[in-house]
Amino acid sequence: MRLNYPSNVKIINVPCTGRVDILHLLKAIEDGADGVYVAGCLEGDCHYLTGNLKAKKRVAYVKKLLGEVGLEPERVEMHNLSAAQGTRFAEIAREFTTRIRDLGPSPVRTDKKPGHMAA
Amino acid sequence: MVVAERKPMEEILTMVADFKKILLTGCKGCVTVCNAGGQKEVGILASALKIARKKEDREIEIDEITLERQCDPEYIDQLEKPIATNHYDAVLSMACSVGPQYIAKRFEDVLVFPVLNTTFIGGSLEHGVWAEFCQACGSCVIHNFGSICPITRCAKSLMNGPCGGSSRGKCEINPETDCAWHLIYDRMKRLGRLDKLSTVVMYKDWTTNRDGGPRKIVREDLKL
Amino acid sequence: MKAGSNLEKVLAAGHLAVTGELGPPRGADAEVIRHKAKYLKGLVDSVNVTDNQTSVVRMCSMAVCRLLLDMGIEPNLQMVCRDRNRIAIQSDLLGASALGIKNVLCLSGDHQKFGDHPHAKNVFDIDSMQLIATVKKMRDEGKLINDQALEGVPKFFIGSAENPFADPFEFRVTRLGKKIAAGSDFLQTQCIYNMQKFRTWMQQSYDAGLTEKCSILAGITPLKSIGMARYMQKFVPGLDVPDSYINRLKGVDKKLQGAEGIKIAIEQIQEIKEMKGIAGFHVMAIEWEEHVEKIVSGAGLLPRPVPSAEQGS
Repeated sequence: MRLNYPSNVKIINVPCTGRVDILHLLKAIEDGADGVYVAGCLEGDCHYLTGNLKAKKRVAYVKKLLGEVGLEPERVEMHNLSAAQGTRFAEIAREFTTRIRDLGPSPVRTDKKPGHMAA
Repeated sequence: MVVAERKPMEEILTMVADFKKILLTGCKGCVTVCNAGGQKEVGILASALKIARKKEDREIEIDEITLERQCDPEYIDQLEKPIATNHYDAVLSMACSVGPQYIAKRFEDVLVFPVLNTTFIGGSLEHGVWAEFCQACGSCVIHNFGSICPITRCAKSLMNGPCGGSSRGKCEINPETDCAWHLIYDRMKRLGRLDKLSTVVMYKDWTTNRDGGPRKIVREDLKL
Repeated sequence: MKAGSNLEKVLAAGHLAVTGELGPPRGADAEVIRHKAKYLKGLVDSVNVTDNQTSVVRMCSMAVCRLLLDMGIEPNLQMVCRDRNRIAIQSDLLGASALGIKNVLCLSGDHQKFGDHPHAKNVFDIDSMQLIATVKKMRDEGKLINDQALEGVPKFFIGSAENPFADPFEFRVTRLGKKIAAGSDFLQTQCIYNMQKFRTWMQQSYDAGLTEKCSILAGITPLKSIGMARYMQKFVPGLDVPDSYINRLKGVDKKLQGAEGIKIAIEQIQEIKEMKGIAGFHVMAIEWEEHVEKIVSGAGLLPRPVPSAEQGS
């Protein structure tokens, strides 16, 4: 659709968000990502039936864990949209970037400069 | 299996507060099955600890090893090389509490910490849910109770239950806990053995339980 | 006569027995007991003294029983299995006998989760049924659980409790039979509100011949207020309070609810008196001891019989 979305969003493709593991999310944060979001299909539309629901639970687990070690849980989020919603995709990217900018750079980063964000 | 769960992060962070280099060990036994201390959980904890440290602008070096089991000395031996070559401040065990005790016994000069709270002997009810079924009393008589253990599953360990607090099949201490005696009654009724519940069951011999002191089993036929 | 207690004699003479109840204080002040007990003296045949009821730490039952004896009131020692192992239980029983206590109620005990020390270890070495058997063995065989002969055999009138309203209902009469087989001489029921259910249970117990072997005392607790009725209906496990009582109290002015509750209690007693096999009543008016007189006299149960000294040994 050639819509613009912020360049600091780095996309990692997976066949289904059910493939996303707790450790992937944690490693992203550990390696300095200011924020991580998981973009899965709309609930009920998962091709593998429950992949996106599993992802939702794992995101919730990571949020809780981060809270327990003193990091803002809002840095990790779950979003749902269909592959046809190009506009929504860009919108989420923009909204999340704004939210993370407001939170500031991740306290985990050694350089503490605004930079990469993994999606 | 032995069912355990990870200690609260706050407690673990306090344990490692002064350490710069640790060995985090997992176990492929029971704690892998109950998703508490297997290889995956070791990875997750290591990452969480590193995040916590980086946040404070401090570092922590964590080596990860997951052993076959931590309740047999020959697997604990596998830690000899890593412990000898690295100067760890401490070794953390994500096995059930037998693990850290075995590590500490084998490596007497090393500080060892348990990362899990070992909770009970039980089984899974569904994916992600485990419940207690056995208290290891040492003299199993569940067949007298329709193969339901009253010692473990009755909050008062009654041998002649139910007590007066059994209501709609649930225990008075928790509306989600089944009244074991209601289950036993229903099972014995179904099996046509209700008459067995009419005689008074006499005193339990607790000497085979931990009450008799820490227990040990010796199999002469298996000793080398 | 098994123990020769007042309660035993009253029952043996064929009268309807009446027992009361008293909760010890959460402290060492014996005056509290003397004050409460005053209201019960002469109105009941013996008084239950609860044993850390609902797992709340209170002055121990045995000490309070002794205080009651000093006041000329016969106590019923309640003993639970939650806090003591068989060593302490047998030891306490011997001590209780030495202090002159003759009636013992053998109970499981409320789980410590309900009380003020939920972190305590719970014991439950033996259960209430085994406790009944223990007391019987001490009394009738003169032996401890391990067959050790006793130097001085305690004589107890053995009591127990049963809840006709707990589940599974079909098993309750069998369980009553077990308690009697284990040695229960008398039994007090949980407080009754569901008259229909109680009548069924009573009839089944009578038909099974159990009421001849064990004196059943019906538990009566007056409803002080609609608040109390609602609380008991919702939060007390094993209680069965029908809406009819709640509605009845609703229709009465707040200040008069207590009096209505007493009326209800009296009606219950009158109705239960007609049931076959009933041996008496256990009036539990905890923290409301001053109203026991109204209930007992209103139900035509006064004056209490004084069995002659020659009756039994």
